[in-house]
Amino acid sequence: MTAVRVLVGTQKGGFVLTSDGSRKEWQVSGPHFGGWEIYHMVGSPADPDRLFASQSSSWFGQVVQRSDDGGRSWQPVGNEFTYEGTPGPHQWYDGTPHPWEFARVWHFEPSPTDPDVVFAGAEDAAIFKSTDGGASWVELPGLRTHATAPNWQPGAGGMCVHTILVDPTDPERMHVAISAAGVFRSEDGGTTWRPANRGLKSEGIPDSEAEVGHCVHRIARHPERSETLFMQKHWDVMRSDDGGDSWREISGDLPSDFGFPIGVHAHEPDTVYVVPIKSDSEHYPPEGKLRVYRSRTGGEDWEPLTKGLPQADCYVNVLRDAMAIDTMDPCGVYFGTTGGQVYGSADAGDSWQPIVRDLPRVLSVEVQALA
Amino acid sequence: MIRVTLPYHLRVLAGTGKEVQLSVEEPVTQRAVIDALEATYPTLRGTIRDPVTERRRAFVRFFACEEDISHEPPDAPLPPEVADGREAFHVVGAMAGG
Repeated sequence: MTAVRVLVGTQKGGFVLTSDGSRKEWQVSGPHFGGWEIYHMVGSPADPDRLFASQSSSWFGQVVQRSDDGGRSWQPVGNEFTYEGTPGPHQWYDGTPHPWEFARVWHFEPSPTDPDVVFAGAEDAAIFKSTDGGASWVELPGLRTHATAPNWQPGAGGMCVHTILVDPTDPERMHVAISAAGVFRSEDGGTTWRPANRGLKSEGIPDSEAEVGHCVHRIARHPERSETLFMQKHWDVMRSDDGGDSWREISGDLPSDFGFPIGVHAHEPDTVYVVPIKSDSEHYPPEGKLRVYRSRTGGEDWEPLTKGLPQADCYVNVLRDAMAIDTMDPCGVYFGTTGGQVYGSADAGDSWQPIVRDLPRVLSVEVQALA
Repeated sequence: MIRVTLPYHLRVLAGTGKEVQLSVEEPVTQRAVIDALEATYPTLRGTIRDPVTERRRAFVRFFACEEDISHEPPDAPLPPEVADGREAFHVVGAMAGG
């Protein structure tokens, strides 16, 4: 690998950060789509120069941008996300029925093997698929029409599909996570779905162990161990070793088990990263110290990673899609904050440096290691 | 020709200047103007009105002849000054947000 490209979506535009394999000196390109919210920018594993960006605004709706040259130029592609049939209601914040309405794309998940195939996770919660590089989108309605869907309620940020995992060993096997419905899994490429939340416990919902209704913030896994999933829930860090059929808590000695992102080391399937946040009422790091926590044991035992990160008076948050891990050796870890800093580590988290300090609020971070 | 002014973000998206000129067949209505705008600049499709419901987006307004005509029926004729090009049809983004 000779280069690394970090894709940063912010509240006011997208940025592309590039470096050579040393990951010490960085060039910053952007803002792309200045003034627009870029919820997610990501590259295709099958063609790293093909990038997708979710560009949206409260004024002008959803735009999907695609680049075929690694972010040097972009072109708008399809932006029609139509729910199949007549969408019924889900529950609104106050428990009353609310019609399903498309708001934005939170997350793109390109196929690991086909550059023209990409999935989109939407608010209000639904999954769409494109087989023509984003030119057109078709809903996979089995998720939104699941029997439990009329009881789904939005999380604070909206009712969104924010995580999509496609099993690299079997693309028919998929997982999604929805705030605040929980995890769903499919064995048939997204046609049918079933809840995968057994073992989750959430105070604040009527049945703390309900089949659905859990505010799952993020799930992640190592590509070579597809049955093992890690989860950062609203509260609790969780692990499943049966593809999501059952979960157990691995929060262990974390200073707080509230947080948003979770990531897995590129070469060590039992090494996991989280960024603890003080509480659901106070979205900033405990004690004003920005610490990434790493477990090398698959959970329970966590070590703080602090070298190069602010350890006083730091009150930023790290959002669910704002941490990424590259495939270099040692792997690089990157995250962006609501204060506009993007930090990177070229040594699997042992030490950190700010790549850029003063971007708008960071919504998402992805990374590509380029040959 | 019908003159249409666009807010900054839509100008950038369409790659055009503040004002564009469109050929619109009679009768000249809101719907006909937006249809012509989207046909000429396909990247604007879905940004002014929802692509499914065709409802005007909540933070977008239409002004003409110093009047807010956002709530006029989409198939109602626009003022003759817009239809003959003396006045522009203004697509306006709400002044809100941070």
